[in-house]
Amino acid sequence: MPKATSAKKTILFLAATLAVYALVRFLETSEIINPYWQRVLDQALITTMGALGLSIIYGFTGQFSLGHAAFFGLGAYAAGVFDKTLGQGSLPMFVVSLLIGAAVAGLMALIIGLPILRLRSDYLGIATLGFGIIVKVGMDNSSKFMPVLGGATGMSGTPQLANFDWVFWFTFLVIILVRNFVFSSYGRACTSVREDEIAAEIMGINTTKVKVLAFVLGCALAGLAGGMYAHRYPFLHPSSFDFLKSFDFLLVVVLGGLGSMTGTIITAISWVFLLEGLRFVLGETFIDFRGVIYALILVVAIIMRPQGIFGGKEAGFLIPKPLGSLAGRKGGGNAGSAT
Amino acid sequence: MPVLQLENIDKTFGGLKAVSGFNMAVEKGEIVGLIGPNGAGKTTVFNMISGIYKPSAGKVYFLDREITGQAPFQVCQQGIARTFQNVRLFKENTVLDNVRAIYHPRTGYGIFDAIFRTPRFIKNERSISEEAMELLEALGLQDRAGEKAMNLPYGAQRRLEIARALAGKPKLLLLDEPAAGMNPSEVARMVELIRYVKEKFDLTVLLIEHQMGMVMKLCERLVVMDFGQIIATGLPAEIRGNQLVLEAYLGKGATVA
Repeated sequence: MPKATSAKKTILFLAATLAVYALVRFLETSEIINPYWQRVLDQALITTMGALGLSIIYGFTGQFSLGHAAFFGLGAYAAGVFDKTLGQGSLPMFVVSLLIGAAVAGLMALIIGLPILRLRSDYLGIATLGFGIIVKVGMDNSSKFMPVLGGATGMSGTPQLANFDWVFWFTFLVIILVRNFVFSSYGRACTSVREDEIAAEIMGINTTKVKVLAFVLGCALAGLAGGMYAHRYPFLHPSSFDFLKSFDFLLVVVLGGLGSMTGTIITAISWVFLLEGLRFVLGETFIDFRGVIYALILVVAIIMRPQGIFGGKEAGFLIPKPLGSLAGRKGGGNAGSAT
Repeated sequence: MPVLQLENIDKTFGGLKAVSGFNMAVEKGEIVGLIGPNGAGKTTVFNMISGIYKPSAGKVYFLDREITGQAPFQVCQQGIARTFQNVRLFKENTVLDNVRAIYHPRTGYGIFDAIFRTPRFIKNERSISEEAMELLEALGLQDRAGEKAMNLPYGAQRRLEIARALAGKPKLLLLDEPAAGMNPSEVARMVELIRYVKEKFDLTVLLIEHQMGMVMKLCERLVVMDFGQIIATGLPAEIRGNQLVLEAYLGKGATVA
């Protein structure tokens, strides 16, 4: 019985994914949604990928990072510049450039993470805040050592190969990847570090290694999302990857609920649409009030629901089937925080 | 060959000598009690065994291998597990996952197996889950496997801590006040439980405890500490009448009523 339901769940999940994909494609071809909203949707999915990375780092492993956008930006510039100079619009080079974006961000995370993550508590927050500023200043002045990066005037010329199909299916892959990571021994090690780092260490878990792994994986996902961004939006500018953007990712993860992939995904998508929606509601003159409104939303949400919208719960299709004799047993097979 | 041997251990915090000249050997299969008044340095000794503190001087041997100064996770992987004075579970995680997390260093699969759900992943995950369930059954927690650890009653949380410690397949189990805050009938059950797991999992046990009733019933040998030093060792019956021990607990001039 339980086997059947979980198989059914998987089929439902795949069917729902295909249905969403087909619906968007239909709306797109029948011109019900215009290219502007299509672009917003793609932006929402790209944000989802990056936010899932931060979800691993902060939501599941409890490591506070204030520089997620820096890794997103590194991925964007690395992938963008690679494809701009070597790609000439070929699809294989596009995919390679995405992987390069992820690898560059992951490598930087390793370099920063190894010394910092030996320490406990919030040192990572301060270090990543500093790193974010370094990256932003580096991007602003990048034209001095590498003119192709454009410096403070921004960079354009990356082949715009990422259409909705690419963005959608990559997001799908990232969700599956994160799900499989979280519902494995790695995920359990991460959540035990989040819950009680000292106990985890004394019970035999190499907590430094777990934290570094989570940080590198999370930042690599940000890099991948950045690479996709560079191929979807023709103009990269350092100001798109500053502290406020890092704050965006953090907001999404906290509002969605720490330790909930479902929360991160839904909040990421809603958040991007909300920001764009406010543009219309407020009009040109009041556009700067967006900052006020979204800070208010955060304050109200945290007072009303400190555990976040989903509070560590997970939608059924994001929980893989339990294995062995646990199948069908109460609570068998779920890692993380789902109960 | 003693399972655990401490040789001339010192620990100073600034000017304070928390533990000094501490010598102890625990033989295989023993249940040894480490007792003493508050602040005697018992938990500091535990922390030096499990690697949280590095001794200021002296050596720690486990099965004749020196483990002084190793990181806590390395000490644990060699076969020393412990519980905590104030319960330290992974609160938001399920009871089952509290236990399964401890299998992390011995999963036998890598991150690519996990991400691609290879047959190796599925096989090993299955056996980890089954072993963890067996442990929960041994400690009477099987029906609560899916609950969050924080929602368990206090006694069950204590049992879960022991289940989690056992998941590391230890040879030596350190219990830091396993019966703290329990009423007499719960204490009696805890005594039975410790005996049971000791036999079932072929363990050597070293425990810190304040409840004399429990210590007298359970331990084969006692080590009494005061002000960072050993003041007496011996069988429970011998310790009961030891003048130094009575003084340490009750002050000078005290006699057995």
